Amino acid sequence: MSTPSRKGQLSRDEVAHLAHLARLAVTDEELDLFAGQLAAVLDAVAQVGKAAVEDVPPTTHAVPMTNVMREDVVRPSLPRDVVLAGAPAAEDGRIRVPRILQEEV
Amino acid sequence: MSTDKLVDFDEVLTRYEPVIGLETHVELGTVSKMFCGCSTTFGAEPNTQTCPVCLGLPGSLPAANAVAIESAIRIGLALGCRIATWSRFSRKNYFYPDIPKGFQTTQYDEPFSTAGHLDVEVDGETYRVEIERVHLEEDTGKNLHVGGATGRIHGADHSLIDYNRAGIPLVEIVTRPIPGAGAKAPEVAKAYVAELREILLALGVSEVKMEQGNLRCDVNVSLAPIGSLEWGTRTETKNVNSLRSVERAVRFEMRRQAAVLDDGGRIVQETRHFHEDTGSTSPGRSKEEATDYRYFPEPDLVPIAPDEEWVEKLAAALPELPAARRTRLSEEWGIAPTEMAWLVNAGAVELVSDTVAAGATPADARKWWLGELARRANDANVELAELAVTPAQVAELVALVGAGTINDQLARQTLDGVLAGEGSPTEVVASRGLAVMGESDELVAAVDAAIEGNPDVAEKVRGGKVQAIGALVGAVMKTTRGKADAATVKRMLEARLTAG
Repeated sequence: MSTPSRKGQLSRDEVAHLAHLARLAVTDEELDLFAGQLAAVLDAVAQVGKAAVEDVPPTTHAVPMTNVMREDVVRPSLPRDVVLAGAPAAEDGRIRVPRILQEEV
Repeated sequence: MSTDKLVDFDEVLTRYEPVIGLETHVELGTVSKMFCGCSTTFGAEPNTQTCPVCLGLPGSLPAANAVAIESAIRIGLALGCRIATWSRFSRKNYFYPDIPKGFQTTQYDEPFSTAGHLDVEVDGETYRVEIERVHLEEDTGKNLHVGGATGRIHGADHSLIDYNRAGIPLVEIVTRPIPGAGAKAPEVAKAYVAELREILLALGVSEVKMEQGNLRCDVNVSLAPIGSLEWGTRTETKNVNSLRSVERAVRFEMRRQAAVLDDGGRIVQETRHFHEDTGSTSPGRSKEEATDYRYFPEPDLVPIAPDEEWVEKLAAALPELPAARRTRLSEEWGIAPTEMAWLVNAGAVELVSDTVAAGATPADARKWWLGELARRANDANVELAELAVTPAQVAELVALVGAGTINDQLARQTLDGVLAGEGSPTEVVASRGLAVMGESDELVAAVDAAIEGNPDVAEKVRGGKVQAIGALVGAVMKTTRGKADAATVKRMLEARLTAG
């Protein structure tokens, strides 16, 4: 992930946008609170940038492995009642969810 | 019904130049899902093919399907792509009920293949479609919207989700923008998808059943004023799921956008839905910015780094591709490319090829598949391949005609029997008694009866008006219900009347 360019700053709008993407309902007071808290988190993470790592290639994996694959073989699935038991609601063997978000035009 | 203002298609082209682009999603034909061992069988009871991995339950870890990865690379090779030596999966984060994990495992900046091309032919002209990328991802679950009038999202009060499809390997093939097709843009789009489908079938990586959603297209269209150096703003019409619909969607968007631009309006970049019933499109949700998806490399899957040896092995094992095969068959069958194009459009290449393999001449095989059989498929509104007759049976029919056992008219009756499930051509000829009559007593009697029944005609023939014999031949054919051989009948009549 990239380092935030504006140290210690995160606008209310940015927090509100993130909250929307995460489908979280956040109050106005919480926006201020989280903006401050998240800015502190970003600052802490940004310290990584201070490390002298010019000769270290960026990586996303802790293990130096490639091409790990499984055979194309069918294995048993979970019984449906077990699957549906984990859902808040079910109907006709399917998981029931509230109306999917309004079409945003 | 669409209330959009539309400009006549031909008129669009007097003012605007279309640019099209296609994103095609192909469900691979692996037996298990992309990252887990759940079955991919189509049509299973809802939610019976899921597990902690494809449901995104805590603590579960994905493992990539080797056949899916090889299939993705093979598709890239068949499209002349550069195969990346280093490739990774990424997470595309968004919340929607059909994606149980809260993200889709896909590829972002490091796809398996880039920079390929596919040549398609429309009306004898070749259009080169540049391929931007080929990448591998997982399919989503299926939503059923309940409470709306037609199962659509509008007016629905809740939705039901089936996760059987979630996690099935999906290859996405993205073209670069295709300018310069002009009036042929709708057909080029269709021809591209059709050719891609042929390639996928030849590779054996997918059954490509469009009616089962194995192949789904997103169709991008923009218009620019003729002579403009800049392209217009595009719309993306989602989930266009038949070849015919691809063509219709391009056509409709061209006509709709032209009307908006003519009125001084602006095209907004948006996702649109295609409606099969009316052939129209309507606006969907506005496009989220790529940054909103917060892509990042998938930490639970290690990179795929295809080395030269692996890629070369896959390349060497590629089957003959459809374009090369068509060229070869054209030469073998001695037909012109335009004739081959008809066979392709009729979906008859394999059928003719198999019929030839079963012993028929290429000319006979083409004659039956493009003639009588095409007519019957058309009447029944089915594809040629769906007719209840096999290439081997067509070859048998041709052989029966060649041997003189039946003539063309009897062959058509024989075909009726075969299509009705009465058995092989030989069996139908026997059971329906369709064989051409030899110079049997029955035929001699029919000839005599024709002469006796038409004394004045017979007299004319005797008097030298040879062409009058046709009426007598017709009479015999009528009594024998087409089972006699006309040439034999004519010969018998001549012998009788000139001797007399």
